[in-house]
Amino acid sequence: MNNSVEVKKLSFNYGNVEILKNLDLDIKDGEFMVLLGPSGCGKTTLLNCIAGLLDLDDGQIIIEGDNVTWKEPKDRHIGMVFQSYALYPSMSVEKNLSFGLRMSNTPKNIISEKIDKASELLQIKELLLRKPSQLSGGQRQRVAIGRALVRDAKVFLFDEPLSNLDAKLRAELRYEIKKLHRDLGNTMIYVTHDQIEAMTLADRIAVMKNGVIQQLDSPKEIYNKPSSLFVADFIGSPGMNFFNGKFVSSDNSFALNNSLINLNNYQFEHKPSDQTDIVFGIRPEDISVSDSKESIEFKIELIEPMGADTLIWLSFEDTPFSVRLEGSSEYKLGDVINIKFDIKRSSIFDKKTELRL
Amino acid sequence: MISNNIEASGPKPKHLTIGRIGLYFFIITCALFFLMPLYVMIITSLKDMDEIRSGNLLYIPQKLSYYSWPKAWSEACTGFICEGLRPGLINSLKITIPSVIVSVTLGAINGYALAFWRFKGAYFFFGLCLFGAFIPYQVMVYPLLKIESAIGIYSSLPGIILVHTIFGMPILTLIFRNFYSSLPIDLFKAARIDGGNFLKIFFYVIIPMSAPITIVAVILQVTGIWNDFLLGLVFAGRDNQPMTVLLNNIVQVKFGVVEYNVDMAATILTSILPLAVYLLSGRWFVRGIAAGAIKG
Amino acid sequence: MNFTKNIAAKIALLPMIIISLTVFVGCIIYSFVYSLTGSKLIPALNYVGFSQYERLFKSRKWDVAVENIFIYGFVFTISCLVIGFLLAVLIDQKIRGESLFRTIFLYPYAMSFVVTGLVWKWVLNPTYGIEHSMHLWGFTWFELDWLVNRDLAIYAVCIAAVWQGAGFVMVLMLAGLRGIDEDIWKSLSIEGIPKWKSYIFVILPMIRPMVITSLVLIAAGVVKVYDLILALTSGGPGYSTTTPAMYVMENFFSRANLGQAFAASIIMFISVVCILAPWAYYEFYFRNKEAKV
Repeated sequence: MNNSVEVKKLSFNYGNVEILKNLDLDIKDGEFMVLLGPSGCGKTTLLNCIAGLLDLDDGQIIIEGDNVTWKEPKDRHIGMVFQSYALYPSMSVEKNLSFGLRMSNTPKNIISEKIDKASELLQIKELLLRKPSQLSGGQRQRVAIGRALVRDAKVFLFDEPLSNLDAKLRAELRYEIKKLHRDLGNTMIYVTHDQIEAMTLADRIAVMKNGVIQQLDSPKEIYNKPSSLFVADFIGSPGMNFFNGKFVSSDNSFALNNSLINLNNYQFEHKPSDQTDIVFGIRPEDISVSDSKESIEFKIELIEPMGADTLIWLSFEDTPFSVRLEGSSEYKLGDVINIKFDIKRSSIFDKKTELRL
Repeated sequence: MISNNIEASGPKPKHLTIGRIGLYFFIITCALFFLMPLYVMIITSLKDMDEIRSGNLLYIPQKLSYYSWPKAWSEACTGFICEGLRPGLINSLKITIPSVIVSVTLGAINGYALAFWRFKGAYFFFGLCLFGAFIPYQVMVYPLLKIESAIGIYSSLPGIILVHTIFGMPILTLIFRNFYSSLPIDLFKAARIDGGNFLKIFFYVIIPMSAPITIVAVILQVTGIWNDFLLGLVFAGRDNQPMTVLLNNIVQVKFGVVEYNVDMAATILTSILPLAVYLLSGRWFVRGIAAGAIKG
Repeated sequence: MNFTKNIAAKIALLPMIIISLTVFVGCIIYSFVYSLTGSKLIPALNYVGFSQYERLFKSRKWDVAVENIFIYGFVFTISCLVIGFLLAVLIDQKIRGESLFRTIFLYPYAMSFVVTGLVWKWVLNPTYGIEHSMHLWGFTWFELDWLVNRDLAIYAVCIAAVWQGAGFVMVLMLAGLRGIDEDIWKSLSIEGIPKWKSYIFVILPMIRPMVITSLVLIAAGVVKVYDLILALTSGGPGYSTTTPAMYVMENFFSRANLGQAFAASIIMFISVVCILAPWAYYEFYFRNKEAKV
């Protein structure tokens, strides 16, 4: 598979502040790449650099085999969908779609052909004469995508297109984008701070922090094997439980005050030395109610029913943690239960470097 | 054209485009046009009459002469009275200061009542009041003069202050109402629940938050009233003529030798205050324009 | 309706209500009533029907005044909008010294009309002004005698007025331009639309409310124009630059012809209403309707 977009040693400064630091990123042809991170992590800056809306300070950008580092945005084979959609308010949908083509003196028959095709694909044929102000959020998004379509963009860039919408609409539009990607097969780069969007849409996710890509992997890998404490904490809702303790090499276990958790089932990538400060992380769904002999007894301190699941809160050596149970479970506050950690699915990090062990 | 495209790396090489040069050329030309009258005004006031007659309008004075300034200030004649602009300055201050205080206070109270204490019909009168801002003064001058004569304040200081208050009211009410409407309504509700009444909420909650809009309003009124000519001419009376009226009388005087340098010195003296307010207030002045133009 | 409810607010707004009714409404009614009389030096209720208006429309001077206000209104309004918009666009190009340029373009607006008139009267002085400078520089063919030319004097008024008012339009337009969503510009850049086309086809329609506001404010100011002309030309040469406002003031205060003045002022008022009505309709009716769709 060829690379569709290559970012090489990209640096971008704002004044004296380094926003992006020597960043490399290859995106494969037809891939759905999500740039994920908290605000200020540089994800939008990276997208704007790829689009040519910002002038980078160092490095190269290659799109579809073309070195576009110095090229104008319009010559980069890209289309972009913005958070506000940026539809031209005074023009009808049809005029919005055709504006760029008309301004570059494209013959009329080609314009109408392209608009026909795009509006068919996006099912906006009956909206062509409306003004943007008369469209719903979902329809606006389709028009914005249509604008990229008629330009024959090879790469679609999305700048947090769903973040202004309410939860229900967001889920709906997420589905539409995913379907569109399936049907079109274009390379798509999608910026968001919403980890659910990232998980559901992406082929691969680049988790970013302070202008550096922390982890670049499939959603599954990122969820199951976060490479750092930051990624582990950022991904997943409800979040991963963390316990601060020490590694005891003599019996290969995690020690928290007087309690020990045996780590024989954990596959270390780098085995820590004795008495290293480590963080033991485990997702709420990797903890189960069990009466087996490794299980530990806890009293339920809080219950959060969430419909499909129920989250119960317990304390392990004064550190509160949550356990995800089926929605049908009938525990009450104060009940005492036995639970077991699925050590194979846990994550262990070095406290100092915050990296996965 | 970038020939060796593969090598492109790092920031795009910057070169000054023709468009950019043209842009600066055009904007500097415009700036010179806008500055020219001010420049001419200043250099003319510093030349003597011989140089004005023989020299070039746009050249800086070869020999500085300052006599036009004191002359404009205290000796220039309007008809048979030769007191210069000085009495006008005093009059302008006597008119502007109370007018600004009264009109801004009234505007603030109106805006507050309209924003938070709406009652049925209030907005009808507000609309009527705004409409008043567009009526040409000429339609109202004579009847208003009759009203003022009837209550005995025509051609007096209170008379001109009342007129400025009336004509300042629409715009001031509008900007105060718009500002108060933009404040969080919850603040007002909380004050109501804490037992505040019309006056208490105004004094303890609203006034402390009104500083920005009050500055805008004061700048708007100071420059507006200082620069007024027509109302001062008609309503102030002979003893209270503001600076603008005196300036016009001095310059338009029909007999004797015309001394352009004195005229220009007088013109500068008249505009120093609004210019200073403009230069010192900067963004506030601009905010005043925007606040007046954006309708709520 | 309970009258005592919200009584404090009603009392507070009393001055506004009284002024609106007596001054704004009352004066118009007063003027209209007396425009139907033959009042001379003092207002008298000797009704003469619409003959004051007949006389007005037959008056040569009034004709000139109306013609002038149309020329002035057209030239001044269009130039002010075009130049103001252009300046705003220029300043919006991330230029160096932006605030300096803005200060320069707006300072004339802080000056009195009288000052503006007097300065331009001096700059355009046919003996010692710009014309003289050009002659001294060897451009002996150069002519700028507008102030003493009956046909061109009104254009001199336009220059002075544009000089004073363009900055005002610039500020309003710039506020509009700065309010444009950054994403729109990015989108235009991605589509590769040239700057000037972007401004004309996308940005200008987007700041339409600002354009209309500027237009209305300027146009309403046109009808009032008085101080500026008084200072610049005193209505001359002859009465070639007289305006309706001057006609009214003259008949009130120097010709003791109140009936004429009232009739002329009522015509002025009607013309302002004609400017405002379509705008008010658009602002309050059409827009609300549009918002509901």
